[in-house]
Amino acid sequence: MPISDWFKAREVRRYTVASSDKTVELPDGVWLKCPSCKHTLYQGALTDNLLVCPHCGHHFDMPAPDRVLALADEGSFTETDAGLSSLDPLRFSAAKPYTTSLASAKEKTGLVEAVVTGRALLGGHPVVLGAMDFRFIGASMGSAVGEKIARAFALAQAEDRAIVLAVASGGARMQEGMLSLMQMAKTAAAAERLARAGVPYVSILTNPTYGGVTASFPVLADVILAEPGALVGFTGPRVIEQTIHQSLPKGFQTAEFLLEHGMIDAVVPRPQLRDAVARTLDYLCVRDVPDAAAGAACSVPANGGEA
Amino acid sequence: MARFVMEFERPLADLETKLEDLRELDRAGDLKLGDAIAELEAEIEQLRVTLYQALSPWERVQVSRHPDRPKTQDYVEALCTDVFELHGDRAYGDDEAIFAGLATIAGRRAMILGHRKGKNTKENIRRNFGSPHPEGLRKARRAMLMAEKFELPVVSFIDTQGAHPGIEAEERGQGWAIAENLATLAALRVPVIAVGIGEGGSGGALAIGFGDRLIMLENAYYSVISPEACASILYKDASRAPEISACLQMTAEDLVRLGIADEIVPEPLGGAHRDPEMVFTGVNRAVSSALDALCGQEIGQVVDRRFERLSSIGVFTEGE
Repeated sequence: MPISDWFKAREVRRYTVASSDKTVELPDGVWLKCPSCKHTLYQGALTDNLLVCPHCGHHFDMPAPDRVLALADEGSFTETDAGLSSLDPLRFSAAKPYTTSLASAKEKTGLVEAVVTGRALLGGHPVVLGAMDFRFIGASMGSAVGEKIARAFALAQAEDRAIVLAVASGGARMQEGMLSLMQMAKTAAAAERLARAGVPYVSILTNPTYGGVTASFPVLADVILAEPGALVGFTGPRVIEQTIHQSLPKGFQTAEFLLEHGMIDAVVPRPQLRDAVARTLDYLCVRDVPDAAAGAACSVPANGGEA
Repeated sequence: MARFVMEFERPLADLETKLEDLRELDRAGDLKLGDAIAELEAEIEQLRVTLYQALSPWERVQVSRHPDRPKTQDYVEALCTDVFELHGDRAYGDDEAIFAGLATIAGRRAMILGHRKGKNTKENIRRNFGSPHPEGLRKARRAMLMAEKFELPVVSFIDTQGAHPGIEAEERGQGWAIAENLATLAALRVPVIAVGIGEGGSGGALAIGFGDRLIMLENAYYSVISPEACASILYKDASRAPEISACLQMTAEDLVRLGIADEIVPEPLGGAHRDPEMVFTGVNRAVSSALDALCGQEIGQVVDRRFERLSSIGVFTEGE
């Protein structure tokens, strides 16, 4: 074959590889490459494996609808506040109009906001279940996300259901300015009310979770889980590097790093997440399962015991 | 001593230098310059008014960062008596970027909190330019809970570029510390008054910076992200911070319009550093009347209203 064809072939191959980094957005039936182990994967097989690379265990970002299906008992999820979405209160148009970002996020994801919430059963326990979707403007928290999260806490409290939130986010949504910053206080306030009512709350930190979202409701949970390798922190690594003028230690801000520093309860691979959450709920949801309540409570001997 | 000159003040500073020179010559006695001096003085006065009367958001940011601007320490000294400072988070260390102390303010015993910027380089290094680490925020939280226990209202002075961005801050849970403060402040069973006196940088500010009242100085700002950081994210160019400042709607006036702040304390022309006494008086009056209004009320109602108000912040649609 002529040399020019050889180059063409290489071009085609390079194109395939380059586009495959956009993993989850590709339609079914496309081959893609794991960014961690570089193995070529079949999209359908990856989806069947909960978007975890079967070769190296790399966790791909998971869209909110898939997350909800992966955690809820089959067929049990019903969405709440499905139509609640953002407006453009500041008429923010720096670099790109906020309305344009919103419209393209909606088109790309088929969602109306960066978080999906609803009622579900999880391991048989009635729960409020929520998941954030990083594809939607980096799952940043503006008024609509804050409102949906706050309502999810209120619903959990009103119906005495545990709440389980799978979190991912780039932080507060800067296009809504101070209204976004105040969502941190608003969601934290709702989480605190729930805590005082004694309703269980489990959060799952997924890749990536940063900024004003890390510093609000997710870390106020009774039990905090994280997926392997998930990057979670307050300040992003690039900003820290620019501030301290040195490179960051390996593994900095990973789920494993957080575990080592006492910030989370466990690192749980995605295929085991549902079971892990269900097991904690078995202990914490003493009010919704009478048998569990009897089994979990400390039994006091009739004679008063010997202490 | 050379005065710190903000970028937008340059034309004024140039005229003032010229005026000094003229006065020098006049004093030397060889030339009679009285008329020229008077003329220049008038020109300066007029320029001062036009420059400072309608500051742009970015100009206010500069004013809020002015090195001579009164700091938390100055407010504590001017407004409080019988101050007893509290140190340490009882777990890791004492972060000098945060002030916590028992004090009497506007005739009431209270818990005072504040971000503490330094007055000079040496102080700023010790106090990390007012950017708290987790232990500083946890010291503040300890003080909040003590205030609740002893029924002392909390008065908090906000002045920080933000929580410290660093390796150790992350290792010790910067996000966790902020979140816990937010939850604590939201439910604290004593009145909480926050006063924005300078910079209100994102989560590090919010961690001690909201409550039943938010009082803002005229040139203080409060923002979800610093204008420089926002510009470098959106434009990959931090020098476009001036235009971003306007988009973020982070001035005192913006916050009142958005329903986040309650009241604006006026500053003298040119900024609080031009006449600190005037600003102390204004802040004292605002804090005093807020305390008077809140301290007589049943605390359950105060906390419920704080929660309702937080819950109502946000603009969204329920969809069509």
